[in-house]
Amino acid sequence: MNFPLSIESINLTKRFGDFTAVDSISFQVKKGEIFGFLGANGAGKTTAMRMLSGLSKPTSGSAVVAGYNLEFQSEKIKQNIGYMSQKFSLYEDLKVKENIRFYGGIYGLTDQQIKEKSEFMLHQLNLGGSANTMVRSLPLGWRQKLAFSVAMLHDPSVIFLDEPTGGVDPVTRREFWQLIYSAADRGTTVFVTTHYMDEAEYCDRVSIMVDGRIEALDTPVNLVNTYKVKTMADVFVKLARKATRGE
Amino acid sequence: MKQLIYFIRKEFYHVLRDTRTLIILFGMPIAQIVIFGFALTNEVKDSRIVILDLAKDETSRAIIDEISVSRYFDLTGYLNSNDEIERTFREGKTRMVIVFPPQLQYELSHNKSSTIQLIADATDPNVANTLVSYASTIIMDFQRNTTGLSFPLDIKTEIRMLYNPQLKGSYSFVPGVMALVLMLVGAMMTSISIVREKELGTMEVILVSPIIPFRVIIAKMIPYLVLSMINVISILSLSYFVLDVPIVGNLFLLLVECFLFTLTALALGLFISSVSDTQQTAMLISLMALFLPTVMFSGFMFPIENMPVPLQLLSNLIPAKWFFYIVRDVMIMGTGFDQVWKETVILIIMLIVLILVSIKKFKVRLA
Amino acid sequence: MPMVQLLILPLAADYEVRNVRITVVDQDHSTYTRQLVDKISASAYFDLIHYGNSYEEALQFIEEDKAELILNIPPLFEKQLLTENTASLFIAVNAINGVKANLGGVYLRNIISDFNQDIRMDWIQSPGFSPRPIIQISALNWFNPLLNYQYFMVPGILVILVTMVGAFLSALNIVKEKEVGTIEQINVTPIRKHQFILGKLIPFWILGLIVLGIGMVLSWLFYGIVSEGSLGTVFTFAALYLLAVLGLGLLVSTYSQTQQQSMLISFFFMMIFVLLSGLYTAIESMPMWAQIFARFNPVTYFIEVMRMVVLRGSSLFDIRYHILVVTLFAIVLNGWAILNYKKRV
Repeated sequence: MNFPLSIESINLTKRFGDFTAVDSISFQVKKGEIFGFLGANGAGKTTAMRMLSGLSKPTSGSAVVAGYNLEFQSEKIKQNIGYMSQKFSLYEDLKVKENIRFYGGIYGLTDQQIKEKSEFMLHQLNLGGSANTMVRSLPLGWRQKLAFSVAMLHDPSVIFLDEPTGGVDPVTRREFWQLIYSAADRGTTVFVTTHYMDEAEYCDRVSIMVDGRIEALDTPVNLVNTYKVKTMADVFVKLARKATRGE
Repeated sequence: MKQLIYFIRKEFYHVLRDTRTLIILFGMPIAQIVIFGFALTNEVKDSRIVILDLAKDETSRAIIDEISVSRYFDLTGYLNSNDEIERTFREGKTRMVIVFPPQLQYELSHNKSSTIQLIADATDPNVANTLVSYASTIIMDFQRNTTGLSFPLDIKTEIRMLYNPQLKGSYSFVPGVMALVLMLVGAMMTSISIVREKELGTMEVILVSPIIPFRVIIAKMIPYLVLSMINVISILSLSYFVLDVPIVGNLFLLLVECFLFTLTALALGLFISSVSDTQQTAMLISLMALFLPTVMFSGFMFPIENMPVPLQLLSNLIPAKWFFYIVRDVMIMGTGFDQVWKETVILIIMLIVLILVSIKKFKVRLA
Repeated sequence: MPMVQLLILPLAADYEVRNVRITVVDQDHSTYTRQLVDKISASAYFDLIHYGNSYEEALQFIEEDKAELILNIPPLFEKQLLTENTASLFIAVNAINGVKANLGGVYLRNIISDFNQDIRMDWIQSPGFSPRPIIQISALNWFNPLLNYQYFMVPGILVILVTMVGAFLSALNIVKEKEVGTIEQINVTPIRKHQFILGKLIPFWILGLIVLGIGMVLSWLFYGIVSEGSLGTVFTFAALYLLAVLGLGLLVSTYSQTQQQSMLISFFFMMIFVLLSGLYTAIESMPMWAQIFARFNPVTYFIEVMRMVVLRGSSLFDIRYHILVVTLFAIVLNGWAILNYKKRV
């Protein structure tokens, strides 16, 4: 392996009572990689992601995220990861500028840093004139891109994206993925869950979870070849059909 | 520390942007003070009465004159027969009917005795009692004056109203209003603002960030603490300047106690937010489990000592009750800390317990 | 939950004044004073908690909130009464609690004047006294002879509950649809607006009537309150009243964007409506502006009607004026709400 590891999960498990949501998953993600995390609803991908980002404590197993141990160095991890959830995570009753300042502030950026970054970011998003607009009045696609940029504000080494493009039109989705690519180019590891199979094909590697276990993990091309089908969607359907858990 | 400042600034934006809510939050205490101070009195006056005068003689007319000039009564009409009494009551037109017997004067001069009947609508028992007592006094006074006799062995009674010479309702309302408003702002608004972030999903983003949960809580509380203290000051100045309720005791002590109660309310809000997932749940819990008991047990509408024992015991768990005692003692009776230290300690214990329980709940949810 | 309120609130809202705690400062210690103190302690209204010599000591009891009243008997009371034919007693009341102070004072005065009568009677027995004309007063308490305070409160509280169900819940519910966005979907369907509004309101209308029904049953079971008037009258009025209240809820919902707002607005108005409805204090005692407001307050009318019908047995004809007013309320509030609804959504 040429690249240093960014995420390493070893037998990570989460049980809620008798129910095993995530069943001993192990995988590795390299630095700068775009790692797609797929699975049907209820397969356990959100739970796995919540564990890796420190929102939920694993029942057993361990993980290293951004070079720090999940169990003992969670504060260090928090400083070095970004997170964007499927729910819209900016405050609608705050202005664009105020949202940026708030998130920059809680990550401990200085006023100077926040100012520079937000100028650069708004420029990049073509939102230069909208710093004083209420987030509420931005179109959904813009808001999602803004949310992503805000989550990248403190230059995290890993960013977790939980279905970031839900409900967004195809054009904006493409633009959104441009943002993801440029983040990966700058060396940020992207860990993304999605329901869109075309998006899965954009990933460097993809894992597919079924019933709390990782059923397949490889590059999209290899997966299509292994399962002797035409597209990622076929791979997904073939695997997901094995699921015994209901939705 | 800087993180905290950024966070607090954001919270203030939330609060200040929602002008409708803000107007109500500040308007509420003002409306309450005005209503309690000016509209609600326990005094009984201008009560509608009707008279059935079967005597129609000098004595009855003289007594009717006395009654109709009294400010307690508003003489709205006369009846002609006994049959009409019940109907008048049914139509809700009167609170008391005074019946003068036929031949009042004749009986008085020949039998040396006659009876005037006071029929009160006892639907409201206290008003009925008071009206009967007022009417009796007027009739007795009349008799005393007209017969011009001094009664033998006359005991006079003088009543002195301590602390509240004009029997103003506001004296007991002010502490109650304060408890109510602080609960509303402190507990309900705080809990809703925390739960809203949970609902919106922003809470997760915050929890992923390096900010310490404890600071999140502090940042959430501070704007409402400020709002509450503004409300405390506006209630106190309104009641002092507009309602003429004196602040007899130490103002500083009073403010410190208000601060303590506000903290308790905030801690309650925190607790509520830790057990509810949606704004609606938070609202309902605040309203039912918190607001109602506060209204009931803060002693300003309902006298605690009249409640059945189980309810009285329950009332001990309500912070507002202790706060009510403190404010009443310090503000109106002017006692010092030595009189209210017990209540203060109870509030502090409640505060600590609430904070500990909610922090524990908060952590459990993370796991 | 509203049912629990109905059960608990009247227990709490007991304004009946009894067990007034009294301390007696007796600086005379004569036969008369002892008779008087016996009479006070025998009364159901008073709890004699202290009997001492010093006013300062008694004041201490008031300050510590262990007593509400002080009866101060000055030295040489009996002697003065017998030689000068008149003597004074002093009553001091902790007047922070207005109701109790007022009534406590009234009761104590009654006891003292009774006592006065007693000793006078003894004195009259002695020869040389000719009887004077005396007007007797007989007081009757109709509709609630036992002066049970719960009779007064329970019907009123029932009104508050029904109002809450009508106004609060309907406002919250409609705003929730607005917040979630389903209202926009409904606006594009062929459903007419008034159909939608009716569909929203009818369940709450029925719910309100059910709450009232259960409430009546509970107040019979727990407080023994049986309506004097016909239940038909109560429900006829309630049905009309609920229409007015639902209109109010609808109106609030058109003026608010979030559930939090609608809740605060409803709460704010409910508070004012309830306080100025005559539930706790008589409307006649209020200043003019508050009396005028009370006339524009639907809650006032329902509370009056409940007390009239349930306690005094009034008929539909007796409450005709109330029916008229509430019908007007229903028309105005709903009309306003619908106009506003069309404009905004």
